[in-house]
Formats: sequence, C-alpha cells, structure tokens
Amino acid sequence: MATLPIPEEKYIQEFGPHVTDTPVTGWTAKPEPDKLVKTHCCFCGMQCGIQLAVKDNQVIGYEPWEDFPFNEGRLCPKGVKRYMQTHHPDRLTDPLIRTENGFRKATWEEAFDLIVRKIREIQERKGKDAFSMLSGVSLTNEKSYLIGKFARIALNTANLDYNGRFCMVSAGGGNKKAFGVDRAANSWADIPKADVIYVAGSNVSECFPTLIHYIWAARDRGAKLIVADPRETPIARTADYHIPVRPGTDSALNQALLHELIRNDWIDHEFVENNCKGWEELKKSVEDCTPEWAGEICGVHPELIRKVAAEWGPAKTSFLLHARGIEQHTKGVDNVLSLINLVLTTGRIGREGCGYGTITGQGNGQGGREHGHKCDQLPGNRDIENPAHREYICKVWGITDEELPRKGMSTVEIFKAVHDDEIAGMLTICFNPLVSHPNTNFARACLEKLDFLVSIDFFMNETARYADVVLPGSLHEEEEGTVTSAEGRVIRVRQAITPPGNAKRDTEILLELARRLGKEKYFSYNDNEEIFNELRVASKGGTADYSGITWKRIEEEMGVFWPCPEEGHPGTPRLFEDRKSFHPDGKFHMHTTPYRKSHEVPDAEYPIYYTTGRSVFHYLSGTQTRRIKFLVEQATGPICEMHPKLAERLGYKHRQIVTIETRRGKLSVPLQITEAIRPDTVFVPYHWAERLSANQLTVDALDPVSKMPEFKVAACRIRAATKEEAAQLRKDYSTLLQEAGA
Amino acid sequence: MSAPVKEFFIDFQRCIGCNACVAGCSECHTHRGKPMVSVDKVDPAHSAQTAPMVCMHCKEPTCALSCPADAIKMDENGIVHSSLKPRCIACRNCEIACPFGVPKISEEIQQMQKCDMCFDRTSAGKKPMCTTVCPTGALFYGTMEEMKRLRPHSKPINKWRFGKQVIETKLWVMVPHDVDEVVVDWPELLNGASGPIDLAVKLKEYFEKHGVPDPEIREPLPESMPEARPDETEEAEFL
Repeated sequence: MATLPIPEEKYIQEFGPHVTDTPVTGWTAKPEPDKLVKTHCCFCGMQCGIQLAVKDNQVIGYEPWEDFPFNEGRLCPKGVKRYMQTHHPDRLTDPLIRTENGFRKATWEEAFDLIVRKIREIQERKGKDAFSMLSGVSLTNEKSYLIGKFARIALNTANLDYNGRFCMVSAGGGNKKAFGVDRAANSWADIPKADVIYVAGSNVSECFPTLIHYIWAARDRGAKLIVADPRETPIARTADYHIPVRPGTDSALNQALLHELIRNDWIDHEFVENNCKGWEELKKSVEDCTPEWAGEICGVHPELIRKVAAEWGPAKTSFLLHARGIEQHTKGVDNVLSLINLVLTTGRIGREGCGYGTITGQGNGQGGREHGHKCDQLPGNRDIENPAHREYICKVWGITDEELPRKGMSTVEIFKAVHDDEIAGMLTICFNPLVSHPNTNFARACLEKLDFLVSIDFFMNETARYADVVLPGSLHEEEEGTVTSAEGRVIRVRQAITPPGNAKRDTEILLELARRLGKEKYFSYNDNEEIFNELRVASKGGTADYSGITWKRIEEEMGVFWPCPEEGHPGTPRLFEDRKSFHPDGKFHMHTTPYRKSHEVPDAEYPIYYTTGRSVFHYLSGTQTRRIKFLVEQATGPICEMHPKLAERLGYKHRQIVTIETRRGKLSVPLQITEAIRPDTVFVPYHWAERLSANQLTVDALDPVSKMPEFKVAACRIRAATKEEAAQLRKDYSTLLQEAGA
Repeated sequence: MSAPVKEFFIDFQRCIGCNACVAGCSECHTHRGKPMVSVDKVDPAHSAQTAPMVCMHCKEPTCALSCPADAIKMDENGIVHSSLKPRCIACRNCEIACPFGVPKISEEIQQMQKCDMCFDRTSAGKKPMCTTVCPTGALFYGTMEEMKRLRPHSKPINKWRFGKQVIETKLWVMVPHDVDEVVVDWPELLNGASGPIDLAVKLKEYFEKHGVPDPEIREPLPESMPEARPDETEEAEFL
C-alpha cells in the first residue's frame, strides 16, 4: 500500500461524508411504525435509553424511552438525530478492494480470500506479531470480547489494541493502582445526594449532557459545584467555583488542595489509618504544596484554591467526577491519582452520596475496556502477563499457554512499529486514527507504509480510504448485544433491523475470518447470546465479574451493575461498601503525584497553549455525526476559541481565519473570540479529518503507565492565514455541508 | 378527579446550548424537519450562556392582536396556534409584534408557523418533545407543586413588562425569589435584545452576586502575552 491513488475529493464524492436531514421515508409521508425497539443511543458512555421506530426493516424515527431509569427520556441532539445514520446514502453495502482508481466492489468470497492470503503472507514473512489489530469501544461487550479472542487465537498476534488508548486508559491506570478495580465507584444515583461535586477536566455539558440533570438535582438540594477547566464551559459557567486551571497543571492544583485539607485537618483519620496504604508518604509529599505554589503553576488565584478546599474538606458527602481533560496527558495517571487522594483522605467513598468516577467517553468505553481488547489484558480485566490469569483463560478458550500471545504494543507504539517496519499488516474495526491519533501527519505516513490494511466499518471513514480491503459492517442497531455504561450498568442493545445490501454484522465477519484462518473450532457460536455467556465464564473470578448477569436479567432489571459473581447476586451499583478495595490487602492505595511539566510547554518560539476537546454536536472521529445535517449545521468544522486579550495582542478579529502552527503541523481555522477561555490558551475541537484535523498539531508523547497520548497540551504559535489557506478552508467548509448526489 | 394540571417551565440558567430541544422539535410529524423552537447565544463573546426560546403562549397574544386577517387563534387550553391557512396573508405583522420573537412566516407555504406546545403529544398524555428530551431540565413539563418541590432555590413567574406593555404568559420562567416580573426596557429592546435574553443576563448577575463568592479570584492570573508576529498577511474574514 502507499499513498492514496486518487484525490481526496473523489473519495468524498463516492463515499462521503455527505450530509442528510431526511428520514428514509421522507418527511411528507412519515408512516406509523410497526414497532418501537427499546435500545440505547450509540454515542457516549451515558448510553441513554431510546426507542427506535421501525417499519418494514427500516428505522424511520425515534421516540424517547421515559421508563429507562438513567435518562428518563432525556437526550442530547446526537441522540435525537442518531437514527438518520441508519439508512444514510453513504452506508457501505459491498466489500471494496483497492485499485489504481480508488476502490472497486468485490464479493465477500474475493475479499475474504485476499485478506486471509495477505495475513498468512505477512505473518510467514515477518512473524505473527507483524500483523496487528486495532479496535474501538463503540462496539458491544460481545464484539469486544470476541475481538480479544479473535486477535489472540485467529490472528495469533500480540499486537491488539484499541481506541480507548486515546480515551479512558489513564483513568483505568489510576483506578487499578488505587482501587485494584477499574470502574466508577458509584452509580450516578449517588450524585444528587452529594453536598459538594468536584468536576475535574470534564465539559459535562457538551460531552455528557444527560448527566447534567444529576448535578442540578444535587444543586437543587443546595450542593456546591466546583469545576476545574481552562475553559468556562456551560457547566463551569454556573459553577460555584470555576478554577480556570492552566493546561497540564491539574496535579499541582490537587496537591495544593490536599495540602489545605491536611493543614485544616479535614482528614478522615480513622479511614486513612485503617483502610488506606501510603498515607505518611503522601502527607509528606504535599508539605510544600501551598496554594501559593500551585497558584503560580496553575495560573489561578491561591485564595480560590483555599476556598475550594474549604468547600471540599469539611463536606459530609461529595462526588468527584473527571474525564479526558485531566486524563489525556503524559501524566494522566498521576492526575487521576491526585484526585483519588482527595476522595480517600476524606474517607468519602463507598457510602450513600459519597462517590467517585471517571466519565467514560465512548459508547462502550467501560465494558469495552474490560474483556480483553487491550494489549495487556484478558477478559474480566485480567492481566495477560499474570500466569494464573493466563491459565484460567487458556482453559476457557481451550488453548495452551504457548498458543496465547503475551503482552503486545499499545496503539501509538503500534504506529511507531509500522513506521519502523516491524509491523506490516493491520486490521481495524471501529477506529479512525486519521482523526483520533495524535500527530495525524505521522499516523498517515504509517498508514502509507503498511503492506496491507483492512478496515471494517459502516461508513468509509478517512482511515479506511487507505485500506486495501474495506468490509461493510454493522451499526449499533443492527446487532444484538450488551454494553456497559459509564456507571458500570450492563444494558441491552437491540437489533432493530438487518444491515443494508451485502453488509454483514460485525460478528459474522469476524467469525467467518476466524473460520477461514483455520480456527473455526474456537469460534462456534449460534448467536451473540452464546458469546455473552462465554464472556460470563471468562470474566468469572476477575475484577470485572459478569458471571451472574444474563441477557434476561438485564432486560427485566433495566440493567445490572457488575461485579455480579452469581445469578442470584443483585449486582453492585456502589463499590467499596465494605470499606475494602479490590487489592489483595483490601487497602485503598494512596500514591504520591509529584508535579512535573507537560511534554511540550510554550516557549519563545511557540508561546501559546494549544488544547483540544469535543463539541456537543459530534461524536469522536465524526464518522457518524459528520453525516447528519442538523449536527453539521450546528458545528460545521473546527474553530479556534481565543480570549479577546490574546486576540487584541495579536491583532486578530472575531471570525478571522488564522493558522495555528506547532512543531508537527499547521491548521487553518476561523477564530471564535470569547472570554470563556484562559488568555494564554487556545482550544480547537477535534472531530474532523485531514486538513481540518486538530490532531495534526498534538504531540504523541505518552503517559508512562497508561500509554495515553498528550492531547490536552501542546505549544503553538498563531499567524493570519494566507490567501491560499483561507480559500482552502472556505472550500473545505463547504464540502462538509455537501449533500449526497449534489 | 381530574389529573393535576401540568405546566411548562423554562429555567434559563440550566441551558447548555445543546439544541436537543430544537432537534426534537424538528422531528415532529406535523412540521416535517423544521424546528419551531430555537436556542439563542446570549453574548457569545463574553460567555457560554444560551437561552432556549419556545412560544410563551401569552394570555393576550400580541401576535393575534396584531393580525389584520384574524388568522391567529387561541384554543380552550390557552394554546396559541399557527395561523389559519385560509386567512393568513403572510404579512409578517405577527413576526414583528411578538416581543419574544417566536412566530415565523414559512416562505414555502406563505403561512405563519409556531410552537403549539406539542398539542398532539400533550393531548395524548405525553410531554412536549422539547421538555422530554431536554437533558438538563432547562425546559420542564410538570405540575406547579412538583416544580416548587424540585427547585426550591428559584420560583416560577409568568409576568413580563416590555416598556409599557404588560404580558402574562401561559408558560412560566424560573427566577430568583426576589424577582416578581421580568422587565425589559425600551433601550434594550432597541438594541435588539429580546426578553429572555435580558433575563438570562440578569440571572447571571444574580448568581454571580449570590452564588459565587469573590468573582475577582475566579479570573486566571495575568499572563505574559506573546507579541504580534511581524509576518502578518492580509486579514481573511471567514464567511
């Protein structure tokens, strides 16, 4: 494989993204549905309940599902308009094989033959691990589990990783270190019972809108809200305390908060002494971390830090929430641990109204990170390098220890290995690294270097353009399964319709590939429920124990919270009620988090902080949402948020097109001047590809523990766009609004 | 016994600008992809504040009073409907007259269309679509008792004063306890602001006064700013 054989415009012309705003049946004669299918929204870790209106094997609309307990009918605009993706004109309906003129349609037989031949050829030539697989956690638990098994047994490669590497891994790393288990400690039902809520690095209002209701329910009771974010996001706007922290300095802020808790003796000594480990060291580590020290680093007023500590410290109940804002750093795990320390030292965990949790970003970001499609993991959140864990899974799968690969490389490391000629083949499913990988210019160079790339997707995402074979897969609403929402609730995703044209269910594709790779005997399932039942067995005894959960129970009980170790077990909405962690010693482990700088900080040449994030109108790499006109009209392309002070200093006006440059690339965008951001920082949302990708500018340095790249901090400089750049941007924007057939 | 009366409440403070209400409204069978509600950015250069705008269903609707063709009618439930097609002359009087900026003439069908509080849904015992999907409770449909119990820190009012015009609406807005009516004075109207937007600004001021201690410490510490670079090229305005 090499560079794209035809210009980008040609791919867009044939495969989109095009926008649509019309239901499959049109607006004028919207018929009555045959049935309403109770399922979940496919976007984000909230997994809101929704009903899809179905007629004649077509999704014709939606209806709120008010009985589902988490969201009671509430939705964000993505949820409302999600059904528009199902019969979108851009849907892939046939396997495609790369030619000199782009792609040609192929039969499944032909496509499978080519894939199997290439996998064998690469693995014989360069070893088993030279063929890699990258997956995504918008997929169900059944698919995630199956992919973990498929990569290890059918591909027999160690190099399987997933896009959670860009999302939740720092939270997972911190959770495992502190608690020995990786899950939000409470269901969201504890949020309204909290007296203080600290939201660290999460634009809840845009990334998880339906969770806002829970926070307001607490505030209606008189709870105080603290938000730490370099931007005054809609949730920060009304917060009692908004800490406009400088990008990359969160752990210093949290160390100073802990310093204040200790100085004022707002410590639960009984809990710390009996249930925690590492207290003395932790205490010593923050001795010098005064609010003045942190204020200097974080660029915030020391008095604000003291006031926030005075709210958090003596509170009776509290809930701490965090997300990518503190996690996507080279010290993401440290940031997470610095927050967990604030929870543990006050002993406010494992009780009513006392909670902690990361807000998982992807649709199945929770379940998808538990059952073995991380490079170092086996089902039940087991460790692939732990002999006992290996032995158990080998028994479940019916293989020997020699047949089970060891720990593989993480996503960015896989790309680097492609670049270094160690990896030559790749199978991707539900993953669009050309948008989501840091330093996308490097990622593209790697894709161009691959000998063979296969992509399974329902739309031609930008990465799939580089593929040798594209296989048309299925949407959330085209296959039965389960997902686990951000609060640890395992819920049922329903098949509403069958995939269009010759597209196949993802599961069917993987099982057929496994068969053709000669591993059929390990992959004989009559339906997806059988895959789930095997997952239950494989997870038994692991920390993420699903063994007592059945599809029937999920349906009857509107979801079951893991761990659920046996069928009569009620599930566990709230962890740690026995004041014990999942570590063998039962203690909660405190870790010191000495402050260190981000990988790249502003200097004379690149003097401004560059940070990235999300918009409420798009989901992740935008493969789905960039095709729905309502959403595209609200947020057409990337913009750059800049404080008026910085704009004045640089001499730029609102809506002016500027070019942002970092050491890795440049990006031309219109300016959005707003006081709702720190003056030393600019922000660009990341949902777009190629010339419009915010990740052209980000750094691919990794957290040493979680291997999470630093999406949240880079150093940039900004200049006015040239005439050519401005013209190109206008053209790119108009392409984003192009309708199919236009 | 008849079911308790459900009311429509707007709580501007909670709006996050997600447009779920607009998206939900556009899905209605009767107006086919076109939303009848909107979300305004209040002062985007200053803050992320947004405000949802649905028809307030005035007890004496200015749109109907201003209509020369007598095409705008209120039903027995107090719902003000889109103009009657046979009568409507698409003169735009209603558009201009409404102090909330709600009615809109549809160019294609030459008729005024507006929010009817999802009459098709409420008459079937459902909530209006925008209040069902609103993720934050900025738009809420329930009984007065329920609202007062759920949100004790604010109160519902339905009295507005636009200059000399006093308006009572079917819909309620949540305001601080010391506010009894929303007053929008002429100078602000002349500047193009509409009622709820003014209220949103007022609420922000109120919450800053009551909810947020020491607003000055919320500001980031002063920065050393980069200098403008000499290689500036021609300014390009994004259109």
